[in-house]
Formats: sequence, C-alpha cells, structure tokens
Amino acid sequence: MSAARPDGVSRAEVMIGAITRMLDGLGHVAVGASSPIPGSAALLARALSGGALRVSLLGSRRHNPFTDGGRELFDCAAQGRIDAFFLSGGQIDGGANINLVGLGGYPQSKVRFPGSFGSAYLYHLIPRVILFREEHSPRTLVSKVDFVSAAGTSPEGEFRPGGPHALVTGLCVFAFEKAGRRFRLESVHPGVSPAQVRAATGFDFAAAGRVPTTKPLDRNALALLRTDVARQVAETYPAFAARTWGVAAG
Amino acid sequence: MVIELEELARRIPDAASLAIPPDYSGCAMQAVKALIRRRCRNLHLIGVPSGGFQADWLIGAGCVASVEAAAMTLGEHGLPPRFAAAIRRGRIAMKDATCPAIHAGLQAAEKGIPFMPLRGILGSDLLAHRPDWKVIDNPLGAGGDPIVLLPAIRPDVALFHARAADRAGNVWIGVRRELMLMAHAARSTLVTVERIEDTDFLTDETMAAGTIPALYVSTIAVAPGGARPVGLAGAYPPDVEALAAYVEAARTEEGFRRWADEAIFAKVTA
Repeated sequence: MSAARPDGVSRAEVMIGAITRMLDGLGHVAVGASSPIPGSAALLARALSGGALRVSLLGSRRHNPFTDGGRELFDCAAQGRIDAFFLSGGQIDGGANINLVGLGGYPQSKVRFPGSFGSAYLYHLIPRVILFREEHSPRTLVSKVDFVSAAGTSPEGEFRPGGPHALVTGLCVFAFEKAGRRFRLESVHPGVSPAQVRAATGFDFAAAGRVPTTKPLDRNALALLRTDVARQVAETYPAFAARTWGVAAG
Repeated sequence: MVIELEELARRIPDAASLAIPPDYSGCAMQAVKALIRRRCRNLHLIGVPSGGFQADWLIGAGCVASVEAAAMTLGEHGLPPRFAAAIRRGRIAMKDATCPAIHAGLQAAEKGIPFMPLRGILGSDLLAHRPDWKVIDNPLGAGGDPIVLLPAIRPDVALFHARAADRAGNVWIGVRRELMLMAHAARSTLVTVERIEDTDFLTDETMAAGTIPALYVSTIAVAPGGARPVGLAGAYPPDVEALAAYVEAARTEEGFRRWADEAIFAKVTA
C-alpha cells in the first residue's frame, strides 16, 4: 500500500504531508484507534512545531497524557480542549456522513464493520475533524452511506461546534464546504488527474477549473518523518512503521 | 474473598449482564475460559467501550445472547470472526453504541441516577435503533437545544484482570480507571490478579490513587498470566502468534470448536 513512487515519496507519505499541513498552528490534536497515517501526521506536526502542538495518541503509552480512564478524551472534547481529530469509515458519502457499522441492512448486516467507536460524538464536538481513507474507490466513497454512524452536518441552529474539515484519500484532498454541505476537490496527489478522481468517486463534488497538486513535504520534514517520527509511530503502530519506513520503535 | 478460578466463574450466572474491558485494559481471559467450561448461557455482554477476543470467545462458545458495545474489534487482527458470523446469521442481538455513551451510562449508574445527558449523537442512525436513548430539549436552555439522554448501565457483573490485590482485597489498576468506573457501576465485581501482595495499598498514596477499594470488589481469584494471550500492560505483552492462530482457526464454526477443545477444554486431539 505504500509502494514508493518515482519521486521516492510513498502514497502514505503524501497523505501524511497533506494532513500535517492542516494541523499547523493548532494547540491540541487527538488521534483515535486504527489511525497510523493521522498519527504519523500529528507526531510530525508536533516535531515541526518545536513541541508547541500537544498530541494525544490513543493506544500509546508514551504519547497519551490521559489519566482518568476511557471517558477523559470525550469529556476533554466536549469542553473544547481538542482542536483536531481524525475519523475514517467503511463508507464515506458526499454529505460527509460516515459508516463504521456495516453494509446491507441492520442489524443483520451482510458485511459487518467493527462499529462506530466515538465517532457519533466526537464529530459534533471537535472543530476540525479530518476524514481519511486510503482506498479511494466508488466502493468506499459513495453517494449515500448504508448506515450513518456519525452525521456530517446538523440542522441549522443545532449545537454543533465540530464537524468535517477535509477528506484525505490515496488520490486527493477534498475540503468540506460547510455552507454548501459538500466536498470540493482541493488538490490531487502527484501523478493523479482530476478526471481520475471523478471516476473513482461515488459522490458528486465541486471542483475548480484547474486543480493544484498536493504540496509535498519539504526535504527537512520528510527526513524528520522517516527518522525520529517514524520511531515514535512504531511504538503504537509497529506493523505500519515497519512496512512504510522499515523502522522499529525507539 | 479469594477463591478458585472455576468457583469465580460460577459466580457469573446465566443471563447476567457482564461488563468487560477492551483487549488492552486488563482482560480476565483465564476466567472467561472457566466461564466457557461451565457452559454459561444467554449472557448480555457490555463492552466498555468495545469488545475483543474475550467477547469473540464467548460468542463462539454460544454463551452470549446480546451485546452492547461501541465497537467489536481485534485491533490489527481485524473483525472478531465469531461475532461477524453471529451477526450475519442473526444469532445475537446487537445494541450498537458509541464510546462516550457507554461511559456515560456507567457514570449514571455510579451516581445512582437514571440517566446521563450527552452532547453529539444527534443525526446518527445509532439513535434510530436505540429506543432506550431519548432526546429532550435542554430543560435549562432557552428552547431549541436537543440533547440525548443515555439510560444508566448497571451491569450485574464486572469482570477484569489486574496486576495485584493486597491482603485487604483492594485491587491496584494503575492508570486504567475505566476499570474503576466498571467496579463502581456494577452490582458485583469479580477480579482475577497476577498475585496478592502482603500489604495495604491504601496506606501508600502513590498506590492508593490507582487502587479500587475492596468496598467495590466482590471476589478475587489468583490467576498468574490471567490476561494471556491478549497481554497485560506493564506485565507481559500480547502473544501475537497465539492471537493470530485463534483468528485463523475461528474463521469457521468447526475451526473454532477445534480451537476451543484444545485451548479451553484441554482435550487431547488425536
């Protein structure tokens, strides 16, 4: 999944680069379960911020500050103490609804996913929720999800300080337009065309006439990612760090 | 209050609601094996907030009628195979939740109140499938502020594994305070421990901060390695090979039965 491209930068690293830039200037970023790409981006953003960014990485012993049990992350989010978080989905639709429950009926789903985790709650409360899904296909990015684990938007006037900010995939970056309640193609990754994105996406989205290429990480950031940050990532995601960088925890 | 493992399993009656932690938080795996050996039936499992290997073992062994959890996951080992099969065949009832709703329900029980309000969740299909979750207008607001109420979750039994108990029956859990929440909320709390130390944790402030007082602990059984194969933080890591072997075996009902005969019932296969 992270095969090197001709320029030597893997698809995972392009996604990490895109997410890292979205965290610039924030105070506290939390990373949930099964999120190696966002976790890498958060740890890289912290390294680039000179330690100004606080990162709470679930599943990590070294990079997790919580001491009051499973509830603390959620209480923290509701108080507005977390600026950014990451969610994915077996399906994500054009309204930024996500499905973590299953396909083909409920409760007797034909294909069952693990479940909604904290999404139904955190999506409403954390201002900058970045969606990520490496597989960019009509199977994962659909016009309407089979089950809404967490709703992308809420009725006007409903208490909703949080919500979708962007969707980062293996092909591109979409920004979420809150007013229009839809995605806009923000950039395509190196070697990918907007037409290719259109063909691989099951939902309709806005796009400008000319779509820029996702900006790569500069040499300094890439070097940091592949060394210090990779070793930090390996503590929580050993298989991912080994596969992506051939690095073990340190 | 210290009893044998098989006796501890007998303290979990059929049809009990049973709260269990996720794989990383101190799972009483050996006690779950004893529960399966006594052929427990019709449990209502509550994943706090999710279920993993022990939930899948119990489902595969036919001990479970229903599950409430925010997720069912084996982490990097994927979806719990016997859970997925049971859902496909409609053999267990699933009450899908979201992590903070489970915590909030337990907090309500901890406080002895009927419900806990929580932000978010509105617009999720979870709400449509949970008639026990109510939406009201914030009674302290100016109107037009819907908020979800979660009913108290009061498990019949909380079951988990910890590093140590002391001679008074206090249980040290360190930073795993969701275990404290479970013990506060449940009617009965059964704990397996690596060892019993001849001391009193409550006399040492450093230890006391991470200790469940014996007040909340019904029964303890000593089970060295009691969290194997999922592991116990600070004591021993997950046995990745054993976990992978389970997932491979449990892909079919027959494979699960063979695995259980060997790993749980210790039958010698020809």
